[in-house]
Order: sequence, then structure tokens, then C-alpha cells
Amino acid sequence: MATPSIEDVIGQSQHHGWLARVTSRQTFWIFLAAIIACVLLSLVTDTFATERNLFNVTRNFAFVGIIALGMTTVIASGGIDLSVGSSVVLSAIVVGTTMAAGFPIYVAVPLAIGAALCVGLLNGVLIAYAQMPPFVVTLGTLAVARSLAMVLSGNKMIYEFGPDHDLLLGLGGGSMVGIANPVYFLMILAVLTGLSYRWTRWGQHVFAVGGNETAAGMTGIRVARVKVSVYMFSAFTAGVTGVLEVGWLGGVTTNLGQSMELTVIAAAVIGGATLAGGSGTALGAVVGAALIEVIRNSLILLGISTFWQGTFVGSFIIIAVAIERMRSLRQNA
Amino acid sequence: MPILELRGISKHFGAIQALKEVSFTVEPGEVVGLMGDNGAGKSTLVKIIAGNFRPSAGKILIAGAEMAFDSPLAARGEGVEVVYQDLALCDNLTAAANVFLGREITRKIAGIPIVDHRAMMIRAAELFAELKSETRPRDLVHDMSGGQRQAVAIARTRLAESKIVLMDEPTAAISVRQVAEVLDLIMRLRDHGIAVILISHRMPDVFSVADRVVVMRRGQLVANKPSASSSPEEVTGLITGAIEAA
Ligand SMILES: Nc1ncnc2c1ncn2[C@@H]1O[C@H](COP(=O)(O)OP(=O)(O)O)[C@@H](O)[C@H]1O
Ligand SMILES: [Mg+2]
Repeated sequence: MATPSIEDVIGQSQHHGWLARVTSRQTFWIFLAAIIACVLLSLVTDTFATERNLFNVTRNFAFVGIIALGMTTVIASGGIDLSVGSSVVLSAIVVGTTMAAGFPIYVAVPLAIGAALCVGLLNGVLIAYAQMPPFVVTLGTLAVARSLAMVLSGNKMIYEFGPDHDLLLGLGGGSMVGIANPVYFLMILAVLTGLSYRWTRWGQHVFAVGGNETAAGMTGIRVARVKVSVYMFSAFTAGVTGVLEVGWLGGVTTNLGQSMELTVIAAAVIGGATLAGGSGTALGAVVGAALIEVIRNSLILLGISTFWQGTFVGSFIIIAVAIERMRSLRQNA
Repeated sequence: MPILELRGISKHFGAIQALKEVSFTVEPGEVVGLMGDNGAGKSTLVKIIAGNFRPSAGKILIAGAEMAFDSPLAARGEGVEVVYQDLALCDNLTAAANVFLGREITRKIAGIPIVDHRAMMIRAAELFAELKSETRPRDLVHDMSGGQRQAVAIARTRLAESKIVLMDEPTAAISVRQVAEVLDLIMRLRDHGIAVILISHRMPDVFSVADRVVVMRRGQLVANKPSASSSPEEVTGLITGAIEAA
């Protein structure tokens, strides 16, 4: 037998052929499900495939998708972030109050994202250095951040944004060549996140920490720093979303982003991030968010009460985790 | 000059005294079999040499120079490499990614350091070939046999210019054929002048490769002698305490 060349050896893997590789990915099936749902909705309703509705769907899914990128990163590292919805409202209220006080947008937006990053830093430090469970820490900051937003705004609606009012509304509410601005933010962030996962040491380390934290530590990876970074990234995505949502809504109240964490976690999990850590993709986060929004939209279009939304989102999380569980049981058998 | 010298190493975990004044030396290219019952302190000693723990008392000298490692990275910088008992692998990553974990090869594109997967695959494939292992760099560790995992953990120690390789129970969970492979590898490391400390419960393995045996009992060193002048029976007696010291 001829000795295989190095080229042969590195070309080999347990996945044979691109078709097998593609169909072995959850993202592929979720994408297919989203497409089928879209086709069915276009056939069943005459309101789905309208320009107006598609514009709304893509914009709404962009908000969930942007944060799902941050959430996927946190989940890939073996954690969870329940505070994202509150970081959204904190960022939105900070941008709102500072602009209402007459500050320009280029001061207000960094302040807003900075406020969200503070929440992420607090999460990260408590989880990584004080070694507290992520679930508890981020449940705590979920309450704290929303309460701070209420204190800051006096729990009043803000809809006058000072001299740069139009700029803020244009940023989140505007569109370019028929596509809503938040969708561009989603696409840019998704590409950057995907590239970071694969091509940076940080990305490698996030997945290593999620796969086996002890092993990662023993090889010299600075596990605590990696953890702080993922919670800050998650908070950053929430901060960006907060700014964009104010612009879209044209006003902000303190119930913005309420229970958004569940939708975002569902999007990440449906997109292939396993809650045990160590897996997840940027594309999966985007596709997961898309599927959820299409289904949410279909409930509305089909005249089903939106009270059912929670049932769908909650069931999604549980079903996705159940599938994950069955898969790992089968592999260990 | 010994490559590694331990002088009076002690370690407490709260009230537990895991190590009590352990001293011995290891020469370059020497294979030392470190033996002892469960809880004797072998893993703790390895972790101290590797920079995972600080000793409560005592000194570590590498090639005559005193060291105070505050991290595994610092120890690795001085040529100390470890194959851990649980192998310390990330199941969700490829073999190549595991080999390079924490020291990924990067190249700069527009000033940004980018992980060079290709270079890591090639180097990992070379290392596996050198170890005569059929491990494929692109495969996920999750799907690998015990022997392949072992090869990944050992390939990791071959990346750097290591002087000392510490192996904690490398042959615990693998098949007989794979044990032979690991023992071959230890001999190959020795031929490169690398010192190996091998922890194992398997008497035949130790006596087939070790130049010297060091026996520990309840945190203390009870024997340190050439394997040629000892025997599995004597070592068993030393481990259990049937023989006080040798
Ligand atoms: N991180 C730790 N914290 C507390 N006690 C420990 C720790 N690591 C080891 N020990 C204790 O130190 C002793 C020696 O353990 P170890 O070095 O693992 O032994 P061996 O590897 O020889 O089986 C045991 O009593 C063990 O319980
Ligand atoms: Mg041990």
C-alpha cells in the first residue's frame, strides 16, 4: 500500500461528500423549514408575499437575529445570557434620554452601547472570576438593567430626540434599496461573527471553553477572559439592537425587549447551538431567528391569536433540547 | 546536570497533606516510572511540576535553575509538557485544533492575525505520521478511539522543544495494541533526549520502558531506584506498604 501523502491525509475526514456534510447540519433543515413555511404562507394567504409584509418580517427578524449572534457565542462557550432583553431597553433608554437632553447622536449611541457593555462586563466578571452560575447572574442583571432603565427615564415614554431626532429615526427605521437598515446590521455582524468563529484564536477558544473548560484551562487558554468577552459581545449585540429599535419605533418605553431573551435563546438553539456548549454557528443563529419570525408572522396572518406566541417559542426551546438529548443518548449507546 | 530536580516538595489542600517533602532528580533522556496507590499524590506532583499548582513548600529546578511556575504556560515555556490523565481534550474540536489548542498558528492578513488551519492540519498530520498513528487531523475527537485520543494528547507535547514530558496514566483506557504504540512513543521521546515521567498502574508497562522507578505512598517517596535492580513484586510491596521502603 502506498503511503498517503500529507495532502491526502489532511483531505480525509469522516464526512464524505458535500451533500452528506450539508444535510448533516441542523442549519440546513431549519433553513428548509423556513423556506417551506414561506412557500406555504404565500399560497395560503395573499398577505404574506407582499412587499410591505416581507419588509416587516425581515426587519423584525433582524432584531432577534443580531442578539442571537451574541447569544450563540455565549451558548457556544457553555453559558447563557438571560439579561439581553434588559440590555436592549437600557441601551434604548440611554440613547433616548441623552438625545432628548440635546446631545448629538454620536455621543448618545456610544453611551448607550457603553451602558449595555457595562451589564455584559458585570455578567462576565461575576461568572468568570466569582464563578457564579450564569443563569443566576444574568437573571439578576435582567432585573437590575430594566430597573435602571425605569429610574433613568422616570418610566415615561421618550419620543423627542433633540437635534439629531431624524438621524436616529433614519438609522433604525430607514431602508436602503428596499431593505430595512437593521437587516444590513444583521448581515455585517453575522459575517464578522462567522469569520471570528472560524478564523480567530478568540473564536477557537470560545468553542474550546464550551467543549471542555478544564482542558482549555490546562492548555493555557485564559478561560476567564474568554468568558468575560462573550458576555460583553452578547451585551454589545443587545446594545446595538436597542439603538436600532428606538429608531424604528420612533419612541421608547421601558417595556421594550421584555421576554426577548426567550425568543433569542430559541433562535440560537433552533440554529444549532447546543445548551451544553461547544457548538453553534453564526448562520444558524440567523436562520433560527428567521424561522421564528416567519412562524410568528404566520400566526398573525392566519388570524391566530398572538397569545399563542409564547407557547410556540417555549415549545421550540424544549423540542430543540429534546432532540439534542436524544442525539447524545444515541451516540453514547 | 539533571534536567529536573525536586527538593522537598510539599503540598497541602486544607487539612489534607497530599505531598510530604518529595525529592528526586531526573536526567535528560531518562524514563522514570512513578508509581503509587490511588491518592498517593502522583497527579498532584505532576500538576506542581506542570505549573497547575504551586507547592506549599520546596523547590523545583529545571536544568539547574530554580523555577516558580504560576501557570501551565510558564512551565511549557521552560520545556515541560504534560499528557493529563483525562487527556484534557475538547471533544467538539478536530484533532488538529486540539493539538494546537492555546498555541494556534496564525498568519497576518491586513495586520489581523488569522488562524492558519491549513498549516495546523499539515503539521498535525506530520506529527501523527511520526507517531505512526492513523489519526486524521480533520476528524472530531468526539468520534475517536482511546488510542487516537492518546495520539492527539501526545502529539501536543511534540509541538514545542520539550525537555520533560509528564504522562499521567497514559495507558489507562486503551487497548493492548495501543499500549504498545504509546510505549514505543515513550522510547522515541527518550531517544530524542527528552526526559519522561510515566505514571502508570500497569507494572509490565513501567518495567518495559522505565530506567528508574519512584514509588510514593501517602504523599511520601518510599523508593527511588533503577528498575533493573527492582522487581514488580518489590514495587507492589512498596505501594501497599508491605515493604516499608527501599
Ligand atoms: N484539588 C484538590 N483539592 C483537594 N484535595 C486534592 C486535590 N487534588 C488532590 N487532592 C487530594 O490529594 C491526595 C493525592 O491525590 P492525587 O495526587 O490525585 O493522587 P494520585 O494521582 O496518586 O491518585 C488525595 O487525597 C486527593 O484527594
Ligand atoms: Mg492520579
